[in-house]
Amino acid sequence: MIEFKMPSLGADMEAATLVEWFKQPGDRVERGDIIALVETQKGAIEIEVFNEGVIGEQRVQPGRKVPVGTVLATILSPAKEPPSRPAATTTEAIEPKAPERRVSIGETPALAAPPRLRITPAARRRSADLGISPERLSPGPDGIIGLEQVPSGVEREPGLERAPRSRGAGLDLDEMRKAIGAAMVRSHRDIPHYWVVHAIDATPVFEWLEKQNALRPIERRLLYVAPLMRAVALAMKQVPELNGHYEEGVFRPSPAVHMGLATALRGGGLIAPAIRDADSKSVDELMSAIADLVPRARLGRLRSSEMTDGTVTLSNLGEGNADSVFPLIYPPQVAIVGCGAATLRPWIAGDVVAVRRVVHVTLGGDHRVSHGRHAAQFLTRLSELLAHPEAL
Amino acid sequence: MTDAELSDLVARSLYAVAPDIEGEPIDPNKSFRAQFEIDSIDFLNFVISLHQATGVEILERDYPDLQTLSGAVAFLRQRLP
Repeated sequence: MIEFKMPSLGADMEAATLVEWFKQPGDRVERGDIIALVETQKGAIEIEVFNEGVIGEQRVQPGRKVPVGTVLATILSPAKEPPSRPAATTTEAIEPKAPERRVSIGETPALAAPPRLRITPAARRRSADLGISPERLSPGPDGIIGLEQVPSGVEREPGLERAPRSRGAGLDLDEMRKAIGAAMVRSHRDIPHYWVVHAIDATPVFEWLEKQNALRPIERRLLYVAPLMRAVALAMKQVPELNGHYEEGVFRPSPAVHMGLATALRGGGLIAPAIRDADSKSVDELMSAIADLVPRARLGRLRSSEMTDGTVTLSNLGEGNADSVFPLIYPPQVAIVGCGAATLRPWIAGDVVAVRRVVHVTLGGDHRVSHGRHAAQFLTRLSELLAHPEAL
Repeated sequence: MTDAELSDLVARSLYAVAPDIEGEPIDPNKSFRAQFEIDSIDFLNFVISLHQATGVEILERDYPDLQTLSGAVAFLRQRLP
């Protein structure tokens, strides 16, 4: 029998609320099956199982908030007989040890049917952020409460509890900002960072993309981030000191590159879910993975492995943004790659000055594991790879 | 299709790729990026959705015309038979 426990989905997660079981006692499960949905500071996360077997007993009921490590269910080995359904009395959840702060999660607001209020998800979220009960807002001319109808000021109504969160919303930006804040405090305190920046001529990538996209049906068009991620993953392979996890004084390099992609959420908040095996995916496969991942991240529907598997992070500011960025490493990772916007710049090509599309790439590293020389190796390799996008 | 129907279609396509802004009123002349932080991935998914809903071919050079609700409606009106 295996005890299936509430996993830790990030350095700063202490507890999470079980929202829903997708598998019931007696159901067969295989490695990678999604068996439950939990709500964390970083949104609703689908929890995968890592063993094969048959669900035995569910020890935690939906709506319960439990600490990391709490046994959620038992999984019996596949050979065993499926169990009978457990009696309700045996499914008492373990109460969180610390008193709950602010959000009352225990009363399963998610599963009760609330009166149907015509309010957009974004407006509901902002009103919750501001501590304003949506019932107190007046709908707009179309009868719907939108962002326009929520005061944009920061004044919080005194004495009002935060609105209970609906299941579909998944994200609590306020909680997420706290979680990111805590992770960054830890990063800044514990990791002796260094940064090395390199200007790279990315013109060949943009020319290649334009040609490719002119030939491709719309569903198969590529964005710049896809070849960029491919090149970063390949360059990472050359410098193992930048790719892996540092925990309890030991660095464990990772044979594969699982690339976290820093993703901004509307209304603030940031999340860096990972694309597994980015180094062995083609540019097209990476494009599909990114197009799938980013909207799910924004909706707060990520899988547990996507939250924890990243071995390095890519933060690409994107077009129309600032020139360069010096990001902090997301622990327990040991490096982060920050790309500024690719903008037209004067560039020395041979002995003439040419107009080229230039991107400033920063490698932030952990001095306990790597040094400027490793960063320079990575950036030089990246520059070579981006010069020949057709070979990526 | 009337402009009102086209406008509905564009709005539905936008909500489909960014469900977290579903039902938000859209300022017809303000860019989706400025209003809703629509980034390049959202925008590509939006263009794909418009193409799938209408069958209209959309090239990369058409993208600037599709940054606003009014621009997208005008573009589709011109291209649809």
